[in-house]
Amino acid sequence: MAKRVGIEVSLAIAEAVKLANADVVAAYPITPQTHIVEHLAELVANGELDASYIPVESEHSAMSACLGASAVGARTFTATAGQGLELMHEVLYVASAMRLPVIMTVANRALSAPLSVWGDQSDVMAVRDTGWIQLFVENGQEAVDNVLCAFRIGEDPRVLLPVMIHLDGFYLSHVVEPVVFPEQSQVDRFLPPFKYPLPLHPDKPLTMGAFAMPIIYSEAKKAQEVNLEAAKEVILECWGEFGNLFGRYYSPVEHYHSDDARVLLLTLGSFSETAMTAVDKMRGEGGEVGLVRLRLWRPFPFAEIRQAVRNAEVLIVLDKAISFGGPGGPVCSEVRSALYGEDKKPKVIGFVGGLGGRDITPAGFEEIINKGIEISQKGSDKEFEIYGVRE
Amino acid sequence: MTKPEGELTWKDLEIGSIVTEPGNASQYRTGDWRSERPIFDSGRCIKCGICYIFCPEGCIEQNAEGYFDANLFYCKGCGICARECWARAITIVPEEQ
Repeated sequence: MAKRVGIEVSLAIAEAVKLANADVVAAYPITPQTHIVEHLAELVANGELDASYIPVESEHSAMSACLGASAVGARTFTATAGQGLELMHEVLYVASAMRLPVIMTVANRALSAPLSVWGDQSDVMAVRDTGWIQLFVENGQEAVDNVLCAFRIGEDPRVLLPVMIHLDGFYLSHVVEPVVFPEQSQVDRFLPPFKYPLPLHPDKPLTMGAFAMPIIYSEAKKAQEVNLEAAKEVILECWGEFGNLFGRYYSPVEHYHSDDARVLLLTLGSFSETAMTAVDKMRGEGGEVGLVRLRLWRPFPFAEIRQAVRNAEVLIVLDKAISFGGPGGPVCSEVRSALYGEDKKPKVIGFVGGLGGRDITPAGFEEIINKGIEISQKGSDKEFEIYGVRE
Repeated sequence: MTKPEGELTWKDLEIGSIVTEPGNASQYRTGDWRSERPIFDSGRCIKCGICYIFCPEGCIEQNAEGYFDANLFYCKGCGICARECWARAITIVPEEQ
């Protein structure tokens, strides 16, 4: 029987990696993900997880070590956040282009300067185009479930891509939540052993990450793009099967009272749960509002987003990152672009908020929704609003 | 690789562009970088082999009679052989000649 326990989400993630029976963990500690790799180090040291734990001197080395491990066919995990993710940056592209299914949790954190260890999604947005499968989780249970799904999706022979699981730093990484852990035997049935089709082995020499002349580079990139797009079908299949086995179903875009809503808010990550409270209150007072939560970030769920918002008049998108000098929040920009060619589409209003650990309360979400409605009626001379900033 | 690189489509590539055939760098025509090529004069050549030793591409070969010549599939036309040849048996000429 699966157990329901109270546990810090970071520790729960480490326990999920243990259930997945990872072979190699290479990691460097950085707030707010440290508890994940700290607990994994404990599990390995105590003999509870039979894995190689590689302590490295930087995140660049952590990701590089993960590539090597994955290339010989090891089930590989790491975690990072903020500046650590940025230090890995160039190696992230290599992981996806070389089709190495490294699984990584990112406890989303603001970027320097000024130095901030607190949460926002600036780190995520800077690695948006690295070719990884990327998804957001809202709570501890989703984090555990999606770590297990990530291994299965990434290692699927039709996919073979690295997967990033984003969770809000502190808001999620450091809170104690009720989590149901599946039995080891259930996980073993759900997650087959990893078999990399072309592993590095002295008996069959290979070259990975070779030089490509202009005559072949475009073909390599096209193959990569087609592969990432095609991964969506496997992601849906995996979430479906996970739901059938464990009773918890996931989808690329989640709807909350969105079908009959005139005004929709779009959020991602753990803030969505707070936004739900605001939506409940506003609906109780007669407001025709609803919420759309984006779970799958890459590959971007174009069809699901279009479907989710098509009946609304106003769509307010809340980003937790700024694309400086650009069109506002990166998520808003992509959603707007996804809707541009549609005949029937809502007005898209962009907000940026929750930067560097600034809270947004249910009352704050109400304020954002009301302000968004006002902008949709009166217009604005700004591309986007920064919520809660002192003028 | 079954086809030359220029004929491969994106569907022909191995996952992650992995190269599964060891040593296939020898199929890489570095000769098309060349704008000048060496001409070997057997009348002046003393068969000393200094061109063979200095060639950074390793593309100079000795024939059955003991004379040397560059394999133009690989020769990048750098001119080091001509510069080092003390018998002045090698001249570098532009490709268009």
